[in-house]
Amino acid sequence: MLAFLIQRVLQAIFVMFVVALIAFSLFHYVGDPVLNMLGQEATEADRDMLRSQLGLDQPVVVQFWQFIVNAAQFEFGISYRSARSVSELILERLPATLELATISAIFAVVMGIVLGIYTAIQRGNWLSKFIMTASLIGVSLPTFLIGILLIYLFAVELGWLPAFGRGEVVDLGWWNTGLLTGSGLRSLILPAITLGLFQLTLIMRLVRAEMLEVLRADYIKFARARGLSRRVVNLRHALKNTLIPVITIIGLQLGTIIAFAIITETVFQWPGVGALFITAVRFVDIPVMAAYLMMIALVFVIINLIVDLLYYAVDPRLRVQGGAK
Amino acid sequence: MSQHAERGDVVVPARPGRLRTFLDSDIVYSWKQQPVVIVATLVTLVMFAGALFAPWITPQNPFDPRQIDLIDAFTPPLTTSDFTGTFYLLGSDSQGRDVFSAILYGSRISLLVGFAAVLFALVLGTLLGLSAGFRGGWRDALIMRVADVQLTFPSILMALLIFGVIRGFLPRSMHAEVAIIVLIVAIGLSDWVQYARAVRGATMVEKSKEYVQAARVIGLPDRKILVQHILPNVMRPVLVIGTIGLALAIIAEATLSFLGVGMPATQPSLGTLIRVGQDYMFSGEWWILLFPGVALLMLALSVNLLGDWLRDVLNPKLR
Repeated sequence: MLAFLIQRVLQAIFVMFVVALIAFSLFHYVGDPVLNMLGQEATEADRDMLRSQLGLDQPVVVQFWQFIVNAAQFEFGISYRSARSVSELILERLPATLELATISAIFAVVMGIVLGIYTAIQRGNWLSKFIMTASLIGVSLPTFLIGILLIYLFAVELGWLPAFGRGEVVDLGWWNTGLLTGSGLRSLILPAITLGLFQLTLIMRLVRAEMLEVLRADYIKFARARGLSRRVVNLRHALKNTLIPVITIIGLQLGTIIAFAIITETVFQWPGVGALFITAVRFVDIPVMAAYLMMIALVFVIINLIVDLLYYAVDPRLRVQGGAK
Repeated sequence: MSQHAERGDVVVPARPGRLRTFLDSDIVYSWKQQPVVIVATLVTLVMFAGALFAPWITPQNPFDPRQIDLIDAFTPPLTTSDFTGTFYLLGSDSQGRDVFSAILYGSRISLLVGFAAVLFALVLGTLLGLSAGFRGGWRDALIMRVADVQLTFPSILMALLIFGVIRGFLPRSMHAEVAIIVLIVAIGLSDWVQYARAVRGATMVEKSKEYVQAARVIGLPDRKILVQHILPNVMRPVLVIGTIGLALAIIAEATLSFLGVGMPATQPSLGTLIRVGQDYMFSGEWWILLFPGVALLMLALSVNLLGDWLRDVLNPKLR
């Protein structure tokens, strides 16, 4: 157990180290930050002073160490584009992304499980067939096209829902939420569906496949023979055993939702971290890019660490062989 | 009743020609059985041809300023312009560019990036996979570790991050010119892992077979054994992954361009056209958005269906 744990943690640290190295070299080799921060009128003496203030006259290794120390304290300097602290920019946009990701994850999981159970139990009726075909098309559609389609249908043609933005936001001091106002909730519907649709189809197909497998098992036949109602057999006996693989997949998909949030946020002009990153890439705003790079790497490393440990807890075979392979 | 039979000879049927063999094969049989696949093939062929022959088919080169008329801007589809008398099949955009021509030129870029990115990933993945599987040891450990780590990131995010990083290292003035190369490298680098894994597995199986040992015994150098003997035997899974990878690469390119970090508006792919068209969704010029969207949809869907079908045919184990 301990060896496995240490190996995984070491690997996670190594990944973070490599990402930090890339982020740091971005800073180090792209242009001169001093020139970026001071205007053309600055004298050579001003530049030297700022350079030593920023520690840029130190050896590279020292600078890299300083970068890691700063990153660990979530300190990435000033955005080239908006001249504001990067950590502030990210923190003020984080709630928007997290709310969107959470709501679409809930949407995907609930709808995915419900539709998966339905298409497994009612296999062969026209509605299940329709759902399965629709899900196939849904998988091959690029996310941004789904978003545009929804905007066109529900915002432009029907005019039911807002096409962009977050609506009215309530400021709770440390968190701004769109969940407490009507317009905030209405603004959330289309982006959440767009973001969750791919995960929904994935979960649905998985639940359906697992459910069909389980329904063939002997204990289900026995439960039916005992005269239990279909409802109890399907939901209490079959569903329980279906959910174990589903939970692991959902865990892994959390990261994907965060990645695809970048696309959804751009389509709906959602003021989240993903949209911030895209703008940063477009304008080569290095501090914001570096911060996002480090943040997203950390999120993925943590998710994978947890999933690995979950596997370890769930699958006893890993314990017998003593880990990794 | 023939002469041969009367003489009691054994009748040897003429060996069928290559075309005949191909037409009788399982692949063609399976193709004929599935109307969806037939439609997908036709759509793919038409779109490939349209992209390939764009300069000869299209009424104008939409990116040659001498050929477009600003006065024709926002001409609706199937209309002849009142000013210049030009007929616009799918309408024109804000600068008087023919949308039909722009789509054909755009799918040219989309397909070019798609094919090149798949090729890049395929070659890189195959080389690394061969090396890892054949030599083993630290090479294998290193390559597979990197692959494991990369697999934990979704490939579209990976492509986006690589794109951002490469762009960060390039001087600003070069961004528009080299966008297409950066895109190809970013999408290719985000997608090599699957090839490497498949090739590594297959190589490890092949390596212990007798023909490889025989080649070793007669003293062939490793390089020759790898390229001439093992490579042909591990290519099948690679080609299968490649066909499915093409659809994914096309979508990845479109997504990046749509996000505004791919092809610039001066050299638009289908994704760029959709991004530009999105601005006109609210003002009623729906054709600037709709037609590039439909084109991308048809392209991605039909290539995807073809890839899926090819995977099932070439790899019965996966069925």
